Amino acid sequence: MAIISIRELIVVYDGRRVLDRLNLEIEPGETMVLLGGSGSGKSTLLRQILGLERAHSGGVFVKGTDITRCSQAELRLVRRSIGVAFQSGALFNSLSLKDNIALALREHTALAPSIIDLMVWMDLAAVGLAEFGHLHPQELSGGMKKRAAVARALALDPEILVFDEPSAGLDPIVAAEMDELILLLKKAFQMTVIVVTHELSSAFRIADRIAMLHNGTFLAVGTRDEIKNSQHPRIRQFLDRVPDKMGEPSEVAASFEKYLRGEEANL
Amino acid sequence: MATLTESVGRKTLTYLDYLGGLSTQLWAALRAMGASLPIVGNRYRWKASVDQMLQIGVSALPMVGLMAMCTGFILAMQGASELRRLGAMHYVIDLVAVGFTREMGPLLTAIAVSGRSGSAFAAEIGTMNVTEEIDALRVMAFEPVEFVLAPKYLAALVMVPCLTVASNVCGILAGGLFMFFATHLGLGLYLHYVLTSIQLRDVISGLIKSLAFATIIVHVGCLEGFRVRGGPDAVGRSTTTAVVKSTFLVIVADVLFTAIFYFTGKH
Repeated sequence: MAIISIRELIVVYDGRRVLDRLNLEIEPGETMVLLGGSGSGKSTLLRQILGLERAHSGGVFVKGTDITRCSQAELRLVRRSIGVAFQSGALFNSLSLKDNIALALREHTALAPSIIDLMVWMDLAAVGLAEFGHLHPQELSGGMKKRAAVARALALDPEILVFDEPSAGLDPIVAAEMDELILLLKKAFQMTVIVVTHELSSAFRIADRIAMLHNGTFLAVGTRDEIKNSQHPRIRQFLDRVPDKMGEPSEVAASFEKYLRGEEANL
Repeated sequence: MATLTESVGRKTLTYLDYLGGLSTQLWAALRAMGASLPIVGNRYRWKASVDQMLQIGVSALPMVGLMAMCTGFILAMQGASELRRLGAMHYVIDLVAVGFTREMGPLLTAIAVSGRSGSAFAAEIGTMNVTEEIDALRVMAFEPVEFVLAPKYLAALVMVPCLTVASNVCGILAGGLFMFFATHLGLGLYLHYVLTSIQLRDVISGLIKSLAFATIIVHVGCLEGFRVRGGPDAVGRSTTTAVVKSTFLVIVADVLFTAIFYFTGKH
């Protein structure tokens, strides 16, 4: 049985369908990468999976609970089984790293403080930040913040781990380390992993399956090889990094040409 | 004509939406307040409430005290300049004492707290929104209203009346200082006259107003923060809007309360 099941999901913003009749099954223990360009609907889909927004119609079933229809109490219960590493880290700036990670443990469990300290240390050690627990988020580099966010996501031992653009804004080496971390975590904890990204190298390295989004619909859902070998023109364009109008200048290039000719001088 | 009707209709809907948002948030905060109470509540929320009490109350005391002293002195001078001509200098005491306990104390305190704390609430929550910290709280199975708003509300409900009492005392003492320099009236006698001129009803009406003002300031500030969408400029706008709206609503509420007390009492 799928751990996450998206059925006929429709999301509408200002009369425009941002997600259009999406269907997707994510099996326990698999790494699903939601791949797509800017504005394709990846982040909106992620917010639906996390229950941060209500859908227009359709359902998102997490462990059998339709989180688009359930009560707040049920939603809170479902969320305890999901760990999320946000794109910006979303660490609480007023708290040290240790306290960021300990927060959920202190509030959602009855564990003794010494046990919580130990678990926090283990989570920090898992992402290579054991020595930095006393620091505050603003004292960390971008890569460290992302790893700290992963440590916080691991705090409640989630069944589902979600990464929003894990390698965005990182240099290639740190981005590769982040991919490595995702693979290691999955291997060690046997979790279901969902990764939202537009980075092809990352996606093909960590994914078991890839769901390719474009304009709010899935162009294809398949294994790495199936997506790599897809002949769908839009997928090929995305994978081969081809601008929208082949042989013609793109909108940005045309606008820049105008600017050079002084036609946009009044701007 | 149609454009005017549309414009008026749209504005009305916007205001109704805002009032609806405030009411919903107030209801949610009242339901979540229990968690912020000592002993019966969550000790982390209570700790947050105490921190907020220090921020809203203790840190604001010098400013509120100084503002009240200046205003008390001004009120006494302005009153004396007219009443002296009528040979009714002793009415300056009534003017300052009754004016402060019923009106100036609560209003001055509310304006100071709105400028200091209302804007800070909007900035804090707005920044948390922009940096995805509010989303992080939700996915960590915390309710942002309980986690962020309720401790602030409890702290304001405790501290704004306390500040109002302090403001009353400072304003009345400043009036006494003026009376000493203007008429050589001793402080003991001045305070005796003060106590005979004010009634318990005056003090209670001032405190009731201060509770209403605290509610307005906290809820407007927090709602502005929760509604921030976009980047840092949106946070800046939300702080300005929070101060403007809360000051305006405080004055409107003051008129309503004063009218109620006027028509229901022997004022």
